[in-house]
Amino acid sequence: MAVLTEHEAEKLSNHKQVLLEVTGIRKYYPIRGGVLQRVQGNVKAVENVSLQLYEGESLGVVGESGCGKSTLGKAILGLEELTDGKIMFKGKEIQNLKKKEKLKFIKEMQMIFQDPFASLNPRQRIGHALEEVFTIHTNMSAKEKKNTVLDLLKEVGLKEEHYDRYPHEFSGGQRQRIGIARAICLNPSFIICDEAVSALDVSVQAQVLKLLKTLQAKYQLSYMFISHDLGVVRYFCDRVLVMYLGHTVELGSVEDLFNHPLHPYTQALLSAIPRPTVQKKRKRIRLEGDLPNPADPPGGCPFHTRCPIAQDKCKQEKPEWKEYGSDHFAACHFAGQSILA
Amino acid sequence: MGETLLEVKNIVTEFRTADGQLPAVRDVSFSLNKGETLCIVGESGCGKSITSLSVIGLLPSNGKIASGEVLYEGEAINKYSPEQMRRIRGNKISMIFQEPMTALNPVLTIGFQLREPLMLHEKLSKNEATKKGIELLKKVGIPYPEKRMNQYPHELSGGMRQRVMIAIALSCNPGLLIADEPTTALDVTIQAQILDLINDLKNDYHMGVIMVTHDMGVVAEVADRVMVMYAGKKVEEGTVEEIFNSPKHPYTIGLLNSVPNVDDPDFELEAIPGSLPSLNDEIIGCRFQDRCKFASEKCRSQEPPEFNISSSHIASCWLEEEGELRWQS
Repeated sequence: MAVLTEHEAEKLSNHKQVLLEVTGIRKYYPIRGGVLQRVQGNVKAVENVSLQLYEGESLGVVGESGCGKSTLGKAILGLEELTDGKIMFKGKEIQNLKKKEKLKFIKEMQMIFQDPFASLNPRQRIGHALEEVFTIHTNMSAKEKKNTVLDLLKEVGLKEEHYDRYPHEFSGGQRQRIGIARAICLNPSFIICDEAVSALDVSVQAQVLKLLKTLQAKYQLSYMFISHDLGVVRYFCDRVLVMYLGHTVELGSVEDLFNHPLHPYTQALLSAIPRPTVQKKRKRIRLEGDLPNPADPPGGCPFHTRCPIAQDKCKQEKPEWKEYGSDHFAACHFAGQSILA
Repeated sequence: MGETLLEVKNIVTEFRTADGQLPAVRDVSFSLNKGETLCIVGESGCGKSITSLSVIGLLPSNGKIASGEVLYEGEAINKYSPEQMRRIRGNKISMIFQEPMTALNPVLTIGFQLREPLMLHEKLSKNEATKKGIELLKKVGIPYPEKRMNQYPHELSGGMRQRVMIAIALSCNPGLLIADEPTTALDVTIQAQILDLINDLKNDYHMGVIMVTHDMGVVAEVADRVMVMYAGKKVEEGTVEEIFNSPKHPYTIGLLNSVPNVDDPDFELEAIPGSLPSLNDEIIGCRFQDRCKFASEKCRSQEPPEFNISSSHIASCWLEEEGELRWQS
């Protein structure tokens, strides 16, 4: 909400300022069993993920359910304890902060959840729910709080009279707007949208996407946009990260990734999306089978069990995460090889 | 095209609620030929699921078809007794639901649930039903079908469960398959597998398929004809080419413009302002008027009838009044 200072404006004009840097993070969930409830194995939800997020950009994170994309988001925000790895936000390590220090950073990082109804207290009026944030983080008087919240409601396309209403009185799209209002109220610089528009109808989804874009331009927000809808990601994001079974398989700008996907999984994912056009029948690559069990991942390349071009090498060696062209990364022994042939 | 399989004439489906009778489906008519796929599209709450439940006679206890007819192979099945309906359901008309986990019984094995319709409708013995069940599982592409027969639903993945649902639905060679958002809960790669499967099976069995969905991509992929619903009414109907290449109703156009296109980087998203009116709102004139940028005086005072734009293309919008004249001349 604050006006940008000259210093900030200057910083923003300088492109590619790294806002968030994640290095080699892992998140394992232990599986306990037996009489003594000992750890018998791990579900490797996020396995050695490194990435950088620049100021003012939207990074899409895509993949099938269970690929670890939500866990990655939560781990970055500190909602899940890391098994290993480092997270730097604005040049400061944040994964092991004390509670008090963490509170400072939490203001800068926010999350919008898939189901806004589940994240609102059904017995609390919307206005009060939003005011609570200011009670915790600022010293505003009751009147100031109310005025700020009223402004906030207008900002996200709601009306002043919605202040006194309860969550059940809102439609899905309006509830998501409340979720957005809550996320932006403390001037964050980074917002994680975890399937933020997936539960909405298409016409409302378009409204919410436009709102998110407007807010991004106005407040120079960076988004990490977790979604399974590649159409939305193409429209909304600057760069895209593709995940499979907890591993990052490809990262690149929207143009590179959609026009020249390197990894066979990205190619298959792109070809599987049903297109809303009837002009031409495309040749579709059909992946056989399901996602392997993350508690017992296949050795070598995690994708080799479903990959149409897998060779012996893929079963034994894990492919390296390499750069193939400017800012376009992939982890595949045969990156760039088309699987259509 | 082939012969008519299903004809729905002017059905009105109402729900008895504390606020009185709520019409969820208002005067909807459509027909379906054998071997044809009709997609019903619209946003949540537009009545698309209720329309399909009305056809198969599975409305909740407070809902009923207040007027209109559902003709299956010329017979008015909406007049059937529950006993008669039970003989048709799962036999001639089958349904696949969105959530295969809630539609399958968690405490019964896959085999038991597969055998049940075969033993009931086809009067097979348990052994014969088991054999047929294994065959069906093979047909829907489930590996190790013998092993699966003794497993429980929670042991299978989402895509597998949906395949089992399809196998159960197809067990008695139905003439009509109703699929209510069959792929919404699935990942894209699995969705592609399931859509291909439904399409292949449709051709094998020469079934009529009614697919209820909100995903325009899925529609383009599978549909022969499309019916667009809004707030309980049919607003447009046509072949899939007509709907996607020359949509007429502003709502259909809006719907198509709000789906981001994966292949087009310059695609400009256009949102439809506002939200769906609630079911008990009595609206004079067109039900879409509040969200329509072309709404005129006429739209606010008179409800638009159906205008024929071609022999297969119908739109309920005053803008198409001239379109019909053009087509007739």
